[in-house]
Amino acid sequence: MISLANPTRFLSLVDRVVPWLSAVVVILLGVGLYLSLFVAPPDYQQGETVKIMFVHVPAAWLSMLGYTLIAIAALGTLIWRHPLADVAAKTAAPIGATFAFIALVTGSLWGKPMWGTYWVWDARLTSMLILFLLYLGLIALWQAIDEPGRAGRAAAILGLVGAINIPIIKFSVDWWNTLHQPESVFRMGGPTIDPSLLTPLFVMAAAFTALFVLLHLIAMRAEILRRRVHALQQTQVEHAALAEA
Amino acid sequence: MSTVRALLVRDIKLAWREGGAVGVALGFYLIVVAITPLGLGPDLNLLARIAPGILWVGLLLAALLSAGRIFENDYEDGTLDVLATGPVPLPVVAGVKCLAHWLSTGIPLVVLAPVLGLLLNLPMGAFPSLVLAMLAGTPAVSFIAGIGASLTLGLRRSGLLLALLVIPLYVPILIFGVSAVTPYVSGPNSVWPPFLILCALSLASVVLAPIAAAAALRTALR
Amino acid sequence: MQLPVHVSLAAHDIACERGGRTLFQGLSFTLAPGEALLVSGPNGAGKTSLLRQLAGLLPLAAGHLSVTGAEPDVPVAELCHAVGHLNATKTALTVRENLAFWADYLGEGHGDLAGALAAFGLEPLADFPAGLLSAGQKRKLALSRLYAAPRPIWLLDEPSVSLDAQAVTRLDAAIRDHLKAGGIAIVSTHVPLKTKFDHELALGPRRAA
Repeated sequence: MISLANPTRFLSLVDRVVPWLSAVVVILLGVGLYLSLFVAPPDYQQGETVKIMFVHVPAAWLSMLGYTLIAIAALGTLIWRHPLADVAAKTAAPIGATFAFIALVTGSLWGKPMWGTYWVWDARLTSMLILFLLYLGLIALWQAIDEPGRAGRAAAILGLVGAINIPIIKFSVDWWNTLHQPESVFRMGGPTIDPSLLTPLFVMAAAFTALFVLLHLIAMRAEILRRRVHALQQTQVEHAALAEA
Repeated sequence: MSTVRALLVRDIKLAWREGGAVGVALGFYLIVVAITPLGLGPDLNLLARIAPGILWVGLLLAALLSAGRIFENDYEDGTLDVLATGPVPLPVVAGVKCLAHWLSTGIPLVVLAPVLGLLLNLPMGAFPSLVLAMLAGTPAVSFIAGIGASLTLGLRRSGLLLALLVIPLYVPILIFGVSAVTPYVSGPNSVWPPFLILCALSLASVVLAPIAAAAALRTALR
Repeated sequence: MQLPVHVSLAAHDIACERGGRTLFQGLSFTLAPGEALLVSGPNGAGKTSLLRQLAGLLPLAAGHLSVTGAEPDVPVAELCHAVGHLNATKTALTVRENLAFWADYLGEGHGDLAGALAAFGLEPLADFPAGLLSAGQKRKLALSRLYAAPRPIWLLDEPSVSLDAQAVTRLDAAIRDHLKAGGIAIVSTHVPLKTKFDHELALGPRRAA
């Protein structure tokens, strides 16, 4: 961690890792999709549409992993003042938000044949929606503050507050759901998960995790370079000011 | 004409470049719609019946909260002084800025509305009338917001004050806007009369609101 | 630069009120093409208010302004460039975009973007966002607006604030060129400028009809 704190070392690490990590992602995704689509048996009740689960569940897991990463990075910014922590947090937010969005959309598509509508307010989907909103808040805060130092600290505080709140929100949403006794007792994961479904699920989860790491590293590299460009621009402007004097 | 176009293009450019301002308005719309079922319960039939109302109220609030931007920025850095003494009459300046708000913020909100309608179980048959009604009504929303924005320039608590001033003026838009959508949801009344009234409200605001806004701006610039 | 019209500006017994107080009254002056007026006085005497009145932003409490040499029905405000305390520059736009807008908006087809960029030496910074500029560079960007479109009357309120010595020299040269081209300049400044002013207006508590 300490040796990675140097942005230049980090950039060269990223450059070395990205090619073979991309290959890993492609292989895992290929294997996972093959297993999901052709090997796993269709559900006797839902037919082939159960296979949306192989995208929906890993996406949901990754969105939660992303927020955990942001919370840890927030500690890194506020407590240990790791120089790359705010870069990690800033770039993880859009990726985590996208995974949350994928989880929402696939959840909606999965439910349509069953419920007849594109959306029901069941506990899990609602919690995922609120997680998505938390992500949007982080992204909005990053966009709104120009000065990167202040933006990093503010987003770190917001990230920690959100992380602490997530269990509380989840509990309250579950309680709200039982209050209102929805008509459909359909559970997202099905009553039990058949073991034959577990292997494709874990392969897809591994694929998505590798994809997250890949995208995250690329995004961090881009952000570091973007900040360098900005610093260079400022130096140029200052030199122009000195040259005129 | 090129002067008016230059002003319109500049304002839209600034709206898109200013740290996610449009995104925040869209995010706010999403949040307001998303928390309503948490307060009311997930009964899909209930949600479907109240969806038009929630979608319109959310849109009005999101548009209002982004309306402060219409003149505030230019007022604070002195640009409004120069715009006011340019070749374009001040009512036209005010009108162009309201138009820029409609194009950069109003229309994206309208595009988001059907997606949020999915969350509220709005019947998909109602989507076209929802979008058309909102497209007809949102010009009035932006232009009337412009009046409020010009009245509250530079004041403390201007955002809340703006909402307080403008929401009563929004009541006709809300009533006719919801009526233009609900026949698809609850009854066989025609959509046309409310829709045409919305168009009339928008046309009237486009013409009259800039005059009021310009008068308010002149007072603020003194 | 070429000015489209040469105008004379005359103020007849103008007065100004702010917050219920009369700042000045019975003020009169006449400026012919090529003349410059220095407005001086302590803080609060009404220098900024006078300039805002001439720019058309603050109504006259009494008296009137007259212009000869311009087309009829053109308000005085549209013949003026007013540079006040605020810079009227957008931090999100580049230097070039800022000046291009003013050239389009104020110039009505006669805008001069290249001249505006060159006026205070801002070409090297043309494609940087204005937000990155120092205070002095932002002030130069504000003053470059004077060149974005040709207007005969310049109203400058403390134009040299934040400017270094070299930039102040450039400002002096700009005012001199403008006067030589037949324009009028009304300047309020604490910092002494090398421009030779034909008239001086001293505002202050003793100022009366």
